[in-house]
Amino acid sequence: MANRAIPGVAAHATTDLPVMLPFNPKAGAHDELLVSRWLASVPPRYVFFLLLLWPVAAFAQGVDYTTADAFVALWRWIPFLTFQGFVFNILISVCAMTIGTLAGAVLGLAHVSRLRIIRQVAWFVTQLFRNSPWLVLLFIVLLAFPFQIEVFGTTIPIPGWVKAVIGLSLPIMANISEIVRGAVQSVPSAQWEAAESLAFTRTQTLWQIILPQCFKRMIPPWMNWYAILTMATPLCSLLGVGENINFTRQAMEAEGNRPELLVPFFGYSLVLFFAYCYPIARATMALEKRFALKL
Amino acid sequence: MSTWTEDQPIVSIKNVRKAFGTLEVLKGVSMDIMKGEVVCIIGPSGSGKSTLIRCVNALNDIQGGSITVEGQEVHTENLDKLALRKKVGMVFQQYNLFPHKTALENIMMAPVKVLREDKADVKERARELLKKVRLYDKEDSYPGELSGGQQQRVAIARSLAMRPDVMLFDEVTAALDPETVKEVLVTIKDLAADGMTCILVTHEMGFARELADHIYFTDRGVIVEHGPPDTFFDNAKDPRTKEFLDQIL
Repeated sequence: MANRAIPGVAAHATTDLPVMLPFNPKAGAHDELLVSRWLASVPPRYVFFLLLLWPVAAFAQGVDYTTADAFVALWRWIPFLTFQGFVFNILISVCAMTIGTLAGAVLGLAHVSRLRIIRQVAWFVTQLFRNSPWLVLLFIVLLAFPFQIEVFGTTIPIPGWVKAVIGLSLPIMANISEIVRGAVQSVPSAQWEAAESLAFTRTQTLWQIILPQCFKRMIPPWMNWYAILTMATPLCSLLGVGENINFTRQAMEAEGNRPELLVPFFGYSLVLFFAYCYPIARATMALEKRFALKL
Repeated sequence: MSTWTEDQPIVSIKNVRKAFGTLEVLKGVSMDIMKGEVVCIIGPSGSGKSTLIRCVNALNDIQGGSITVEGQEVHTENLDKLALRKKVGMVFQQYNLFPHKTALENIMMAPVKVLREDKADVKERARELLKKVRLYDKEDSYPGELSGGQQQRVAIARSLAMRPDVMLFDEVTAALDPETVKEVLVTIKDLAADGMTCILVTHEMGFARELADHIYFTDRGVIVEHGPPDTFFDNAKDPRTKEFLDQIL
């Protein structure tokens, strides 16, 4: 190791002893709530200024087909983009979150199973779906699932959005399972022992003593993942699911694909997603703060 | 095997060996405890005291020998854990109360959820136990709002709510402030006076001398010496016991 100057000591003094040098972390500590923390850190007044900037940016672009025209076009499309497009994004996110949470809770509890084989399978499944790109998972589900199934002679079609929900619930499941595992393991093992000495079985201990203690701790990271999921729902447009981004592109096409339309239309999508996720992020951080103060 | 009668040892430990991996912690320990007796186990850190009493209620397994409680073998394949833990209560050094429950709920939880006893009956009993440990006014307090000594007394009451025949105390005053040690010791003294069989691992020599019927001194996994407190403290024979007592008294 090369000699380096020691901070706070005479300029010519150098050392190669790591203990004398300032601690220099290679990377910041892992932050589970990074997305929410970042989003919630945007002060509300900036949001207002950014909203003012939106038409201004669009004006700067205008040449012939005026910006006013573009916004008039957007105005006509707003009900469609919102109530058929964005509402569908929310529907997809709620469905994927519900499935992902239920499956993730089961998977997370499998992590603390007494049977080694179950723990290993749970670990594998979690790592697989946590570390795969979401888009890849979406395409696998899209291509692997049939577009219809036959049950007792009745043909039930599986629409694209159902596949999208399944595809998105997989990474959510894996990440929720990590939240559950981490929360359960954060309870001191002495609590298990105390319960055991009072004749509680393992299952009773888990449901009546361990989970009630760590339930609150799971809420902020859970909400964090909901915000991430919602922001990821536009991925479904690549599967042809009729959601906000897909409809926005179609609307712009219908308006003649003018470049002046880009900022107003995609800007509106941005506003919608922001308006939905920003309060969630603020609430996440508020809850995180409140739970941190208590025991 | 319910042929146990009260003239036989309530807890019988015979030649127990216990190892964590290759580390032998207990190398053949034996002791018999009669009903109503108070037994103190003393000895330097790491001598296997806590491990021994944790083996009595099957929190730890053993590699050799046998332990019986009221004639029932503890370390067998077909151990009835519920029956054993109803008979044997345990109090820990770190109290280990359930932080999300009030003092009263902590006491009521096991009888209601595990033994499925009537809630109203258990509540009445829990209040009496709180009175017994002199915490009648703290029933709605959460563990975080109580002092260490108060938490430990709730822990004792919680254990008593299962109506055990034997109580195990694992260094229950070691984590307490000096001024709260006494209130916990007084509680244990009351229990002993009521005739409860108590096995204590402790560093409180004065308390051991005053209360115990029998003292065991363990070092490096064996019982070096044992006897009634007066003999033990005044006429220790083994040099290791003498050395330990010299250091601590």
